[in-house]
Formats: sequence, C-alpha cells, structure tokens
Amino acid sequence: MLSKGLKRKREEEEEEEEEKEALEVDAWWLDPGHPAVTQAPPNVASSSLFDLSVLKLHHSLRQSEPDLRHLVLVVNTLRRIQASMAPTVTLPPVPSPPLVPSVADNLLASSDTILSASMASLLEDLSQIEGLSQAPQPLADESPPGRPIGGAPPSLGALDLLGPATGCLLDDGLEGLFEDIDTSMYDSELWVPASEGLKPGPEDGPGKEGAPELDEAELDYLMDVLVGTQALERPPEQGR
Amino acid sequence: MHQPPPASCSRSSRCECARVGVRVSALAPSQRPAPLPAGSPAPLPPEPASRGTSALLPVRLGPWCSPTGSPAPLSCETGCGEGSWILVCRLLVPTQVNLLSMEEDIDTRKINNSFLRDHSYATEADIISTVEFNHTGELLATGDKGGRVVIFQREQESKNQVHRRGEYNVYSTFQSHEPEFDYLKSLEIEEKINKIRWLPQQNAAYFLLSTNDKTVKLWKVSERDKRPEGYNLKDEEGRLRDPATITTLRVPVLRPMDLMVEATPRRVFANAHTYHINSISVNSDYETYMSADDLRINLWNFEITNQSFNIVDIKPANMEELTEVITAAEFHPHHCNTFVYSSSKGTIRLCDMRASALCDRHTKFFEEPEDPSNRSFFSEIISSISDVKFSHSGRYIMTRDYLTVKVWDLNMENRPIETYQVHDYLRSKLCSLYENDCIFDKFECVWNGSDSVIMTGSYNNFFRMFDRNTKRDVTLEASRENSKPRAILKPRKVCVGGKRRKDEISVDSLDFSKKILHTAWHPSENIIAVAATNNLYIFQDKVN
Repeated sequence: MLSKGLKRKREEEEEEEEEKEALEVDAWWLDPGHPAVTQAPPNVASSSLFDLSVLKLHHSLRQSEPDLRHLVLVVNTLRRIQASMAPTVTLPPVPSPPLVPSVADNLLASSDTILSASMASLLEDLSQIEGLSQAPQPLADESPPGRPIGGAPPSLGALDLLGPATGCLLDDGLEGLFEDIDTSMYDSELWVPASEGLKPGPEDGPGKEGAPELDEAELDYLMDVLVGTQALERPPEQGR
Repeated sequence: MHQPPPASCSRSSRCECARVGVRVSALAPSQRPAPLPAGSPAPLPPEPASRGTSALLPVRLGPWCSPTGSPAPLSCETGCGEGSWILVCRLLVPTQVNLLSMEEDIDTRKINNSFLRDHSYATEADIISTVEFNHTGELLATGDKGGRVVIFQREQESKNQVHRRGEYNVYSTFQSHEPEFDYLKSLEIEEKINKIRWLPQQNAAYFLLSTNDKTVKLWKVSERDKRPEGYNLKDEEGRLRDPATITTLRVPVLRPMDLMVEATPRRVFANAHTYHINSISVNSDYETYMSADDLRINLWNFEITNQSFNIVDIKPANMEELTEVITAAEFHPHHCNTFVYSSSKGTIRLCDMRASALCDRHTKFFEEPEDPSNRSFFSEIISSISDVKFSHSGRYIMTRDYLTVKVWDLNMENRPIETYQVHDYLRSKLCSLYENDCIFDKFECVWNGSDSVIMTGSYNNFFRMFDRNTKRDVTLEASRENSKPRAILKPRKVCVGGKRRKDEISVDSLDFSKKILHTAWHPSENIIAVAATNNLYIFQDKVN
C-alpha cells in the first residue's frame, strides 16, 4: 500500500503495527499515482489523516517526555484537519449512507471537546511536572536586568537533580508529589466518550456498507485496543 | 614494522585520553598512476611497503586515511555548479573495537578488513549527531548519539606529501556526556550530543561547548609534549623518597615526551532547561553564549555556571495555548547584542538585547506569506524551520525548512531574497512522509567561507550545494559504494516522473533511512564534512 522505496522509520512499539493495520485498508491515498491528498475526496482522506494524526498525538503524549515540537506540529495539523472536516453538509462523491455525516459530526463534536480537554489536561501535567522539578521562576517584567535562574551547582550526578526541587516537594507535601504522578495521564480519555457515543454494538456492525464500514471498523478496532489496555484498570465492560 | 597508533589520539603511544576505538578505513586506492599535466609537481613514488601495507590489499591498514599512489587525474570536469568535489577520506567511529589487538600489535589488516565492512559492529551510539569545524578549520569536531566527541585534526602539509593536503586524522576522543536519570520525572536524559560549538582560540589550548538535551559543558583540549623529570622527593616511578636519603638537590627539567592530547571539562552548565536544548551559540564578545530549548533561551557567562539569564520565554501561561516552539537560535557574528531564533511556524525573530532584559518582543520579524496554491494540511509542518545560520558577513540569514533553503536579507522582513528547492519532488509524498515521521526530520544548512555557496542535506545520502552567484546547483552523494579516495564525485539526479535516464534515480527508490542531517564547511577553504549515519565523509574541491 505504501509507495515502495519509502522506508518506514523503525519503531519498537506495537502501535506501529496497529497503525499499519488500521490504515492498510484505505491507504490508497498514499499511492503516488494519485493526486495530492487535498484533491482526493476530502471526507475519506481527511478522516484517515485525522485518525493517523490522533494516533500520532496519542503516541507522542504517551511518552514520558514528549518531543514538544513534534507534539505541537501534530496538534496544529490535527486542528487544521478538524477545521476542514467541519462542514460535512455536502455528500462526498463516494456513495455512503446518510449515517456517515452524522457519525462524522458526532465524532467531531465529541472528539473536539475531548481532544482539547485531553490536550489541556496533558499539557497541564507537563507544566506541573516542570513546576516541581525547577526552582520557581519569577514572573516576567521584573525590573532587574535579566532574570537569574537559580540553578544548582554543577551536577555531580543524577541525584543532584533532585536538589533544586526538594524545596518545592516539601512545600506541597507528599500529596503534591502523588498528585502529579496521576495515572489519569495515561488514561485514554480521548476515545472513551467518543466510543460510547458511536459504538452501535457488535450486532450492528455488519449492517453498514461501503466506506462507513471502514470507519466503523477502524473505530471499533481502535476501541478494542484501548479498551483492552483499560481493562487492566477497570472491570471489564459488558457486551464487549 | 609500522606500529599502529593507539586508539584515541594521533601521536602518543602512552596517551591517557578516553580509550575509545577509532578506526579509519581508506578505500581502495587506484593502482595506476595518472598522467599529470605539465607544470605540476613531479609524480610521487607510491607508498613504500614498509608502512605495513601491501599495495594489493583492498583495504589499507589504518587508521589514518591516506591514499596511495599519485594524485588523482586532473581530467574531466563532470560537476556542474561548484566545480568538482573529491573524496578525501571516510572516517568511522565504531564503539566496539578490539583494543587488545592494537595493543598487542597484531596484524590489524585482517581486522580492519572484515571488521569495518561488517556493519553490525557499528551501533546506534555511533550515529553522528553534530559536526563542526573550528574557526581556523584546523580541527573538526563530531558528536554522536553515545555522548562522545571525536576531534579530528588536519594533516600538516609537508613538501614530500603534497597530496595529503586536506586529510583529517583523529586528534582527541572523549566522553562528553553520560546518560542521566531524572528521578523526579522518572525519565532518562539522553547523552546524545545535540550541538558542538568552538570558542575562538586564545591560547595554546582549544575550547569547545558541547550540549545534550539538558546540560552544556565547556571542554578544554590541550596538548602536552613535555614532562618534568628529576624531582627530588619522588623517584622516576613516582615513589616517594625518604628525605633523609637525599644528599644533593637538583632542579627538575622538562623533557620532551610523546605528544599527549587531553580533554578536561572546565565548566558544566546544568539545571537551566526544562525542555530540550536544540541550539547553543557563542557570542562575538567571547564572554557569553546562549542556549535555547523549545520554549526558552538562556544567556550564560562562561565563568559562571550557577546562574544564567533568561532572555526569551515563549511559554504560554496556559500550556493549552501552546502552538509554537523555538527550533534554532544564533548570535550575530559581529554584533554581540543581536541574535535570531526560528520557530516551528516558519518565522524568524531578530532580537536586540539592548532593548530590554527579556527579549520577548522582537526587533524584526521575518515571515514569508503562505503560497495559497501550495496549501495543504502539512503546510505548517513543512514550514517549520529546522536550522538558522547567519552568513559570515552578518548581512544575511539562511533558514532550512523541510523542502527549501531560504536566504533572507536582514533589512527585508516580508520575504526571503532567495529560495532554493532542496527536494521539491517530495511535495507530493508528504502524506507518506508524515506517516513515517520523516516529515519531522531536522536538516541543517551551512554557508561556505565567502557566503557564496550554501549546502544542505537530503535523503538517500544526498546533499545539495547552491551557488548563489551563478544560480547553479549540484546534488552529490556520500556513499561507500561509488567513492574511491580522490575520485571525483559524480553529480546525482532524481527523476520525478516519466522516462528515467540511465544515471538517474527515481523518487520511489530513494532510501529515506539514509539522511544527511549534519554537514560542515571549512571556514576558509573548500573542504566539507558530511555526516551520514556513523560515517564522516570529508570532501574537498579538486586540486587545480
């Protein structure tokens, strides 16, 4: 499906495999023979790109120390795709039942808020972590020239990194420390409400036709993966 | 019999610097002496076999890259653009070298032969992550993913061996950064060297800054070729003598010894960056330097390690609103109050430190309006600037984004004065490149000494040069397969569609895992260093 000669970047995680499988079905837009993505039927191409971007975002956020540049670029791209997907009034050239636009709308509506909420919470966590590990910085616009940052003496070893932060730790108390190591950071809140809104139940699955089936199948597959990981923390849901 | 020099430095057999194996492999020399045009120096005899090699061996005994035979033929000019480039040497720095074999003086020909050809010995730690010439071009420093710095020194010219001009040999190797563990955040800090910057030489020693994601270090590299002998209280082995047994006094004298190159860390600048450091830049006052991470830029004084000034901070109060990060920063080469920084949105800001202590408000803002015909979902990603460099003159800045290199005049903010397409054939492949993350690759760019030619890397081990005056450009390849020492590099061409000519390579055949992200250009001569994964290629222009 991928144009030959393009080497996939080597990654150890399983997501790579999932990405591959999830996209393999409708990866026709990667075919070099086709025109640029923007010229392809927008709905289908955008939604695939959307899914890909969400996966990338998810993957990036899951890392212990995300690459901020990568994260920001993926998020901005995701916003662009969302913005372009918003007007779904016109039916795409590819024949699809009327359920697709509403499904897409649901997805967009719920995921938009979910996305920003999730992004917000995750970035807040990032800034919280920063607040604990660094001596508190004075606010901007102070008159003394420059803003000296209190740093520890040259690090003698990894343990010294705890030095400047100790003060902050004790101030917040141990509760503050555990607050930061909140496992909700790893919860896939991104998908849970969306899946509840969209998940028709297994018996409805085969009933769809054509392109929407791909979307449904993709979503179901992704949900499977995510629910599977959450099964560790929550009692198994009924009906799945 | 030729004694193989020890691992880390070029001259001493008793060197104590970090014992990391360094091997250099020279490629097959041409056997047939080429005819020389009249007026050139007399042809030199081939290297005598007493150097420990047989002229028939495909790989010459290392570690020093030195071609055998007579100079390359000064024949056909195959290049366009910047004349012709020849390979001087290819340097490899594997982590696992059988040091025992070197110390026991075992015939290393066999080891060299099989060892270096087998790529499995080159580990990921050997991947070169930064390359930088010093201000005279005498030294060339590389940093790798394993936290090591290897410094090469240019071979001294001598009348006997004119053809050795331009070769670089290992001068010093040391472990600059070690992997660290941040216990608070429970994550590992990579030891990969992100950048190296040299300080101008002010005495006999050399100084450089090297940085990983979090910590900058100032290293001093110095030579020692004398040692004191004749102590009164110590004997020659260093054992203390009983003062009662001393009947006469003598003055210790300095005696010459084998040259030893040692690297010592003089300063460690730590704990000032929450995010990943992407750039360091030495100020023209030679007293300060800056370090930039994703959201902040700090100004340091070389003498003070426990304090730094924050001069740029683009972190929003609410991280939800984060949409842009700093990608590169550099001081103006002459004006110590001026610097620029680039962003992930394709903008460059020029700041004047005299204007305010916190330079959040730029003095100049460089941005090119988006071309509506090229608009796509990936517009922002491909506009993200991966490198920004002042010209030597200080009049221009050059920026590298994913598909182009742009030259900006400092006096014109609304658009660049020149735009060069590096690999525009990738524009239709952006989807795939987004999917495999190649679209996030950060390529660097460099000026030549006279600011007339710019160079940057691409995929498939290709690198590109653009002549700003003639507007010609050339694509060259840094690869083992088709380079012999002194062989002239053949220009490469990528065919986009339709009929592929004989020597062209089609876009779909490009190897995207072979990327040239780091290159360097000698400050005054046409010698370039190109890093391709764990290989360092040094090319120079044809000797005329």
